[in-house]
Amino acid sequence: MNFPWLLIVLLTPLIGTVLLFIPKRFVAFSDQQIALYSSLITLLFVIVIALQFDISSSATTQFDVSFDWIPVFGITFHLGLTGISLVLVGLTAVLTPIVLLATEYEVQKKNKEFLMWILLTQASALAVFLARDLFLFYVVFEAMLIPIFFLVGRFGGPKRGAAALKFILFGLAGGLVMLAALIWLYFVAVNQLGRGTFSITALSNELKLDAWTERWLFLGFFFAFALKAPMIPGHTWLPDTAEQATPGTSTMLIGILDKVGTYGMLAILLPIFPNASIEFAPVIIGFAALGIIYGALVAIAQKNIKRTFAYISISHFGFIVMGIFSFTSIGMIGSVIYMVAHGLSTAGLFLTAGYLIRQKDNSLISNFGGVTKAAPVMTGLFLIAGLSSIALPGMAGFVAEFMVLTGTFQKYKIPAIIATLAIVLAAIYMLWLYQRVFTGTETKESSNIIDLNKKQILALSPLVALTLLFGFYPAPIIKISESTIAHTMTLVGATDPQPMIRKVVNQ
Amino acid sequence: MNPNAYLVLSGIIFSIGAIGVLLRRNAIVAFMSVELMLNAANLAFVTGSRVWGTLDGQTAAFFVMVVAAAEVVVGLAIIITIFRTRNSASVDEASLLRW
Amino acid sequence: MIAAVIALPALSAAVLLSFGNRTNKFGPLLAIFASTGSFLIGLWHFLQMVARPAEERPALTTVYEWLAVPAAGFKINFALQLDQLSISFVLLITFVGTLIHIYSLGYMSHDENPRRFFAYLNLFVAAMLLLVLADNYLLLYVGWEGVGLASYLLIGFWQHKPTAAVAAKKAFVANRVGDFGLSLAIMTMFIVFGSVSFSDINSGIVGAPAWVSLTLGLLLLLAACGKSAQFPLQSWLLDAMEGPTPVSALIHAATMVTAGVYLIVRSASIFNASEIAQTAVVITGAISLLMGAIIGAAKDDIKKSLAGSTMSQIGYMVLAAGLGPIGYVFAILHLITHGFFKAVMFLGAGSIMHATNDNVDMRRYGGLPKVMFFTTITFFIGYLAIIGVPPFAGFYSKDHIIEAALSHSWWAGAAVLFGAGLTAFYMTRMMMMTFVSKSRWHDDVHPHESPLSMVLPMIVLSVGAATMGILLTRNHIFEHWLEPITGFVKPEPPLPIQTITTITLSVVAIGVLIGIWQNIKIAKVAPVKVSFVVKAARKDLYGDVLNETLLMRPGQGLTKSLNIFDNAVVDGFVNGLGLFVSGISARLRRSETGYVRSYAMSIVLGTALLIIALLMVRI
Repeated sequence: MNFPWLLIVLLTPLIGTVLLFIPKRFVAFSDQQIALYSSLITLLFVIVIALQFDISSSATTQFDVSFDWIPVFGITFHLGLTGISLVLVGLTAVLTPIVLLATEYEVQKKNKEFLMWILLTQASALAVFLARDLFLFYVVFEAMLIPIFFLVGRFGGPKRGAAALKFILFGLAGGLVMLAALIWLYFVAVNQLGRGTFSITALSNELKLDAWTERWLFLGFFFAFALKAPMIPGHTWLPDTAEQATPGTSTMLIGILDKVGTYGMLAILLPIFPNASIEFAPVIIGFAALGIIYGALVAIAQKNIKRTFAYISISHFGFIVMGIFSFTSIGMIGSVIYMVAHGLSTAGLFLTAGYLIRQKDNSLISNFGGVTKAAPVMTGLFLIAGLSSIALPGMAGFVAEFMVLTGTFQKYKIPAIIATLAIVLAAIYMLWLYQRVFTGTETKESSNIIDLNKKQILALSPLVALTLLFGFYPAPIIKISESTIAHTMTLVGATDPQPMIRKVVNQ
Repeated sequence: MNPNAYLVLSGIIFSIGAIGVLLRRNAIVAFMSVELMLNAANLAFVTGSRVWGTLDGQTAAFFVMVVAAAEVVVGLAIIITIFRTRNSASVDEASLLRW
Repeated sequence: MIAAVIALPALSAAVLLSFGNRTNKFGPLLAIFASTGSFLIGLWHFLQMVARPAEERPALTTVYEWLAVPAAGFKINFALQLDQLSISFVLLITFVGTLIHIYSLGYMSHDENPRRFFAYLNLFVAAMLLLVLADNYLLLYVGWEGVGLASYLLIGFWQHKPTAAVAAKKAFVANRVGDFGLSLAIMTMFIVFGSVSFSDINSGIVGAPAWVSLTLGLLLLLAACGKSAQFPLQSWLLDAMEGPTPVSALIHAATMVTAGVYLIVRSASIFNASEIAQTAVVITGAISLLMGAIIGAAKDDIKKSLAGSTMSQIGYMVLAAGLGPIGYVFAILHLITHGFFKAVMFLGAGSIMHATNDNVDMRRYGGLPKVMFFTTITFFIGYLAIIGVPPFAGFYSKDHIIEAALSHSWWAGAAVLFGAGLTAFYMTRMMMMTFVSKSRWHDDVHPHESPLSMVLPMIVLSVGAATMGILLTRNHIFEHWLEPITGFVKPEPPLPIQTITTITLSVVAIGVLIGIWQNIKIAKVAPVKVSFVVKAARKDLYGDVLNETLLMRPGQGLTKSLNIFDNAVVDGFVNGLGLFVSGISARLRRSETGYVRSYAMSIVLGTALLIIALLMVRI
């Protein structure tokens, strides 16, 4: 592909950011419009790319854009699209305009700044998902922290400073370990291949690591990704951050950026460190199953709406990680769908609850009750997002959860059974929250809640539409990610288990 | 040529300067002690230059002199400003910049 | 084409929900049209099917490929299977569903938002149809949880009532416990057979090892218990009566709660292969049918009493389904007749509530025949049907179950016989308290007959309740109809059929007589000094108490302590690390005194140290 589509996709939000700072004399649009249009143009480009994407291609990446960056170390600026990155780029491109449209209220005086950081978040997320050079990946992986740090620290609740600090310290801690592993990996590559390279494709195809090096390097990268995802016990930054951040920030952070952790596992850990991945898989699956139950149980006990969502996400990230390390096509594709479904439902939850919380400036559950009377539309949209989040069949979350569980169940029976228990816990945490906030006797606080206006409904309706679409027709995601997953499975050397009965017949 | 005597003298001057900086409170005196230390270094440079028969040491000495002159300009200006505001040239008085 | 049966109500629900208040005016009518249309399409398919010979009757329609990962041999179609079993359900659901839609027109006329109610009803009909038409377990699961959602929304329809909101949540959670079983069953099917479609499972189960059918059977039984309110997941059904009465009639009596029975019958091949699983089903059914009847006999709330009765009647069906090929047909037969007579009684109860300012306490009823002629007549027909008086519908279906149970084992037979007596007792008690006795109305209550839209469905259903039994069992029509799907073996009870019928009728007569004798005089307030059985039954046989002490309280404790653990230990470690670092730096920064001379000193000392170190290294 000659036309540098990926570069253009990446540049669009950056150009949008620059346009924000052109004096108003020269542009006819408001800041809001500039940001929104730039994100819509990004979406348009992504759609164009997706339509050209060849799902039957055997190449690892498509639409490659590559030029030298630091030739001495073999570092290139290499963007490329795998099936999985396309799915996540699509998610990013869809969620950003929704966030921009839905969070108009969050930006009053510091309007320009907020929009700038949101666009930069989008740009860094796109860069992470597109990077095919490990060094570039590392740089944007770290750069991603900056916009979110400012979004949390400048626009959050009263304890936003502490939350932002905690967020960035966790991010840096992971990044530091990853950097060390990266440098080590570089020297291993120099010794073995005779040239320094950071190309993910080259590293995964050519490098043969000895067992202990591979284990240590795996752990280094895994540490960074597990903190980002987040997996227990490295999860405690998420509730604090989500509690203090604005709904828009939380959507960008949990809906998109946290996927970088699970994306990294799928796109970097597995291909480059296949043996160590297989070795550590049982332990990781165990932790994931534990995280699923732990997150769900702690979510039930929360008193704050936003913190509840954070723990729900921790539970869900357990599912995603579990699917990835199940090393079955079904489980891994399920994880990819899960990332999308989780992005959509998280956005729905945070944004609808955000409208509610903003009106009262209070996110305590006990503060509300019977909101449905004053705000039926808000209630309905929240319920849809919530039901998708708890994997109600017919919604995207169900397809994802079922595939992850089935895939895991093929190889790891007990963890899968434990994880399946979460469907009961999920019903408890979501419906209990819904019951306390939206139903029951109307409290004084919730009597004068204003329902969503047309613009807000418009902003949220794509979420509902996509949730239902992927629930009944997940084929697009499956088809796009299929060949990449198959490729990863080959690299790892894993095969799908055959049905038992057919085996019996064969014997 | 035997440089020992020069080097010993340089060492003595440097030590006097260093002790002066550590012990004297008056900023001007401390400042002059710094100059002493710089010049001790200069002496060592020039000695070295003489011993090896090259110009490197002399060049370095010129550098030091230029730096010292520049330092005097800035340093004296600071000392005078401090003196104006505090009516004292004691270095211990200006200790606000701490933990 | 069969997809239209589902699509019609689903689209109607989507329109009503997404366009909101703009559809208020025509919403209810649209919903009724959708449901009627669905029924007519179903009827058309039925007639076509009848015209075909038995072996050509089942038809499979693949709508599209739903989930497919070719690499893993994973393929699940969105495919609908129309056979004798599913069409029976389609007709029951759409017919009773349409009638209840019409009934709701009158019943919900005073509500502030009937449009939403009708949307949920449509949603329910669509989901229930998907459940019975699905050709594989995963698609069935979509309908399975879809009806759970509709039930959740409808139980909690009056959301402002905290009790309704709690009951709705409880129903959903209890259902999800069952769904846990169904999920695991589906996953097991996949890893064992590589497929989850009914046909593949049916053909694969034959040669499968015994643990497969046992595991699947027990897991499916768990699922059925959740959905059909069977022991030990029964407690949600009584609370579910918080919902509007048409909902109780349609969802919690006629259709949704019987989905568990459908699941077991649909999975006949699995249960046939495992005797242990079958026995577990029979025991569950027996316990539930007795429990339900005992609870129903002690409640003063007419809806809760009917709910207990529903649990008991479904217990009959589950028990019959557990008997294997001798019982499947009768389970479904009883399911259909029950759909009619229980719906008519619930609608009757709704009609009475409508007339008495939503009073549900039977102790404040009485004397209603004078003012509510049609309600009384239709309710009475339902009564005769449920206690099994010939020639009403319940007689045929229940009698067959008793025969089948007796040919299975003496204890199953004893349970169903005793259950029949109990049924006669509690239904007679209900009749006495509601209709026969003198009026004990609240002062401001002036009962009147309900409007035509409510009476009409009751009349139609009562006709069904009266005649369905004869129609379906004449010449063994229903047995021949279902036999190709479920298989059928004629039960061979140890006693002649006439003897069994005589015994059954005598037991029923005794139940009725006790019921009359005990309820000649009825106190306005429930007596306090009662036997421990009544006390226990009033508390739903301690089902809730058990749930609370065994699950809820420890669960709450666990979540709370985990939360504290998370904050104090996990996050505490992180925060502690932060505090540690900042504590050290707080001490270290004291060395920055601000005295230039001390800095100079440290420079000198540092240099000296460096020089010494260098020298030492050189030596």
